[in-house]
Amino acid sequence: MNSAVPADERRRRLRQRHAAERRFRLAGAAAVLISAGFLLFLLATMVSGGLRGFTRTQIALPVDFAAAGLPLDPGQLEGREGAASLAGAGFEGLTDHAAIAAFGPHGARLLSDAAWISVRNAVRRDPSLLARRAVIQVPAASGIDIAFKGRGTPEAEAEVASLARRSAISSHFNAALFSAADSTDAAAVGVWGALKGSLLTMAVTLGLAFPVGVLAALYLEEYAPRNRWTDLIEVSINNLAAVPSIIFGLLGLALFLNTLGLPRSAPLVGGLTLALMTMPVIVIAGRNAIKGVPPSIRDAALAVGASPVQVVFHHVLPLALPGILTGTIIGMARALGETAPLLMIGMRAFVAAPPDRLTDPATALPVQIFLWSDEVNRGFVEKTSAAILVLLFVLLAMNGLAVYLRNRLETRW
Amino acid sequence: MSAPTLLLLILGLALIGWLAARTRAAAFATRPGQRSPALPGHHATFVALCTLAPALLFVALWTTISPALVTDRVLASPAAAQLPPSGFERASILSEARSLSDHGLGAAFHPLAARLAPAYDEAQGHYDALAAGIALLLAFGSGAAAWLRVRPGLRARRHVERGVMALLLAASLIAILTTAGIFLSLVLESWRFFQLVPVGDFLTGTHWSPQVIDPADPGGTLGAVPLFWGTFFIGAVIATAVAVPLGLMSAIYLTQYAAPRTRRWVKPVIEVLAGVPTVVYGYFAALTVAPAVRQLGVAIGIESASSESALAAGLVMGMMIIPFVSSIADDSLAAVPAGMRDGSLAVGATLSETVTRVIVPAALPGVVGGILLAVSRAIGETMIVVMAASGIATLTLNPFAPATTVTKQIVDLLTGEAEFDSAKTLAAFALGLTLFLITLLLNIIALGVVKRYREAYE
Amino acid sequence: MTLPNRSKIEAKGVSVFYGDNQAIRDVSLNIDQDRVTAFIGPSGCGKSTFLRTLNRMNDTIAGARVEGEIRLDGDDIYASGMDVVELRARVGMVFQKPNPFPKSIYENVAYGARIHGLARSREALDAVVEQALTRAGLWNEVKDRLKDSGTALSGGQQQRLCIARAIAVDPEVILMDEPCSALDPIATARIEELIHELRGRYAIAIVTHNMQQAARVSQVTAFFHMGQLVEHGDTAQLFTSPREERTKDYITGRYG
Repeated sequence: MNSAVPADERRRRLRQRHAAERRFRLAGAAAVLISAGFLLFLLATMVSGGLRGFTRTQIALPVDFAAAGLPLDPGQLEGREGAASLAGAGFEGLTDHAAIAAFGPHGARLLSDAAWISVRNAVRRDPSLLARRAVIQVPAASGIDIAFKGRGTPEAEAEVASLARRSAISSHFNAALFSAADSTDAAAVGVWGALKGSLLTMAVTLGLAFPVGVLAALYLEEYAPRNRWTDLIEVSINNLAAVPSIIFGLLGLALFLNTLGLPRSAPLVGGLTLALMTMPVIVIAGRNAIKGVPPSIRDAALAVGASPVQVVFHHVLPLALPGILTGTIIGMARALGETAPLLMIGMRAFVAAPPDRLTDPATALPVQIFLWSDEVNRGFVEKTSAAILVLLFVLLAMNGLAVYLRNRLETRW
Repeated sequence: MSAPTLLLLILGLALIGWLAARTRAAAFATRPGQRSPALPGHHATFVALCTLAPALLFVALWTTISPALVTDRVLASPAAAQLPPSGFERASILSEARSLSDHGLGAAFHPLAARLAPAYDEAQGHYDALAAGIALLLAFGSGAAAWLRVRPGLRARRHVERGVMALLLAASLIAILTTAGIFLSLVLESWRFFQLVPVGDFLTGTHWSPQVIDPADPGGTLGAVPLFWGTFFIGAVIATAVAVPLGLMSAIYLTQYAAPRTRRWVKPVIEVLAGVPTVVYGYFAALTVAPAVRQLGVAIGIESASSESALAAGLVMGMMIIPFVSSIADDSLAAVPAGMRDGSLAVGATLSETVTRVIVPAALPGVVGGILLAVSRAIGETMIVVMAASGIATLTLNPFAPATTVTKQIVDLLTGEAEFDSAKTLAAFALGLTLFLITLLLNIIALGVVKRYREAYE
Repeated sequence: MTLPNRSKIEAKGVSVFYGDNQAIRDVSLNIDQDRVTAFIGPSGCGKSTFLRTLNRMNDTIAGARVEGEIRLDGDDIYASGMDVVELRARVGMVFQKPNPFPKSIYENVAYGARIHGLARSREALDAVVEQALTRAGLWNEVKDRLKDSGTALSGGQQQRLCIARAIAVDPEVILMDEPCSALDPIATARIEELIHELRGRYAIAIVTHNMQQAARVSQVTAFFHMGQLVEHGDTAQLFTSPREERTKDYITGRYG
């Protein structure tokens, strides 16, 4: 060994290099942990805030129907006329009076604005109530709800304590969350309206983007001649897949609303806009799946005299379908979480009734989240997180389905 | 006749054609074992397509020209004589009358609109009946002609397949049409904007407050430089400062150090970050991160720390784009030939020396491409900044100060109650065009870099 | 034994280009009815390319161009009026690697008959499938598991399934592109036996790089080298007394 560097110097250097190696490795592990930690922290924040949104505080309200003497005939609460007479019977006043009678002068403020609906529904279910006194479970006001869940104002806490002494307050599963739409009262809101809007929008998106995307992928991968036009189509598709989503919103606004005059806030327009955004994703996934079908299958079909169209529709497409479906589900999941383009075409309106048709005013689940996050009332905080949990659950289910399809159906060659 | 009824009738005709042609073709079917140029099913499909295609094309064409025809007929009606000769009011009365007639809304804002609504009903009914008649005639005529052509020598399969090919081609042209549609709509609206506001004012002006637009000098408060700066600062500086170290180091750890089992589990977890809807990030930024950032600012002595700071939006945006950096960096690192790594290890380099001096430099183009794609994603991101960033346009280097972005301003400008042609709404399209061009440029560069890199090692 | 020399396919002056590369130069060769014609030659000599021109499978390769004239029963198969689909039904093909569809055995065989409308009823289709599998010598092995996937069979069985698939369309000519190169010796022997049995019914052309195989299965052999047809003629005569020096070098193992 005739090295110019003394042995102890070399050993020192080696120790330093090993220390650097350990530091580097640690930094890598830390980066992974921090990245995964972000995700966990985000989810934990949403879950801890959102779970409370799935329960609802109810107050046991004693109502003396007999004394109130509502103008109702217990035998005629069915059908259209029954609904009309129920609507005009003055349940709101009755509910307020009952609350004041039971809980003192501020009693009415303890109840949700929608409490009278619970009273009315109780009567509709059981008309015999009209002849007697009964205790009805009604939703509490938003402030009481928050206080009962442990983070209210001191005054609300005091009200809750007094209600609790009378055993008049309890917590229940918030079924209204999955049956109601938007409302001005945080205690009465639900995601069903927004979810239905999203479903209608997604139906339009899927109905357009899937066939067009698959057909375009087949054309580009199987038939397209190599020329400038084909290149132009390919460049267009690759770029569309990376265009910011808000730009599609501007296109939807200019094209569908201002030029074609389609209705604002409608799932139809939302679906069209998101379809333009999703189509390139499906084309790219579709082309990859089609590329995965081995050429020998095409040769085999051609050699028994199948025409190019038959080769594709009898053999290539069925074999590529699992891959195409996986890509489609992932594209649809992205569209389902998309907010910005829908804001552009006006799907941010206050919509208190779930939409029934493609042209009804509607909102979508992510937009609903955005709208609730802007509300000043503190009761909306937990509802926003609850809505986020519903959205994340749907997305998780969709991605789970995609992974399942990929593992289960995709053929390995 | 309503549109669904008409479509059902056309489909019904096509079905009849299909059945008739199948029966006719079955009658002259070749003896078993002999090949014919087309099977009965091909003949049937041929006739059905001939029935559908002309009628549907006509209906599609008609829906684009009929509104103009209907309006012409309404204007010819006596009630239309009272319309103001031109301008905004005329258009708004006409559009109200149309929606009264379409949706059967009860009350009319403008009395004249209520009087015009019946004229709309009449004109619409007239042209609908006309169109339905023509469409059904077309369907029947061309279907019958096709049916008469059905004979043993007809190459029905070839005709049908040509139809299929035309459909496939049309589907792929939609991609070009969408791109053209985006470009045209942005350019047209921007063109109108630049007639109100000089391009120079917009691109170089440093004062942005669209709430107060001086009609004499609209460009004075529509200078977009603070927006460009805010977008760059949040998306390209802060978010990248979060995402690049974390994403790159994660990719290095997962490709070079982690056990395959760990890698199989952790990689998808990090990629989930890209699948979380942006509105969720926005809510997280506004509710959790922004107050924390403000407290941090106050704690380190910046009294003016905003609760809508650039830092909060940028941090969360950085989280969102970690997977874009890490997954492309992962692919690029994995594509570096094993020989390079082995060569470096064989001369006694530690793994970290190998990574930093050999593998990362070799993978650099791919990594850079991934970063560019992530930046492009960040500057086009909308919901995080809409919910967590400020509406106030500032030119500042202070990450605790409020900042706004192009996308945030597009949303603010278009979700107000302004009428569509004002400088305010048109400005949104000019911003959109700028955003589109910048992200396009970034994407093209990034894809080019990544592609060239892939080819180098294949 | 002298068979009447009826030509099924006549190729005259055929050249094939891939872009600027010429893969085949001016080849003229007949494929006779009731005989097996073997194409031999070193790899890359153009024998497979020539085979693929006979049912226009080269059309599927971008940039491939064929010059010259190929007639099937006197009709030019590259004429503009020729339906490629019908041509391929008349001139079937078996590939180097067995390539069954990932469908059931039954569906593999029935597919061609179905798209060409050869069977008008379920019973007729069953009969076509049984006949094709029987002729391909596979019926007894698979008759109880027709619903199983074709890809679950062994390599040799898969190749016979592919032959059955070709037969089911009732072709006049069968082209085989090194059908045994991916098979073991026992499976190879079965296929060779099968080729013997099929000879009376179809004109067969087979590409092989195995000279023993050519000698065993064919009556006529054509030797290709560098894209040219060097020599062709009676198999026994070509292997015992080749006319050309290059043929002699090849069959004696000087190169290849």
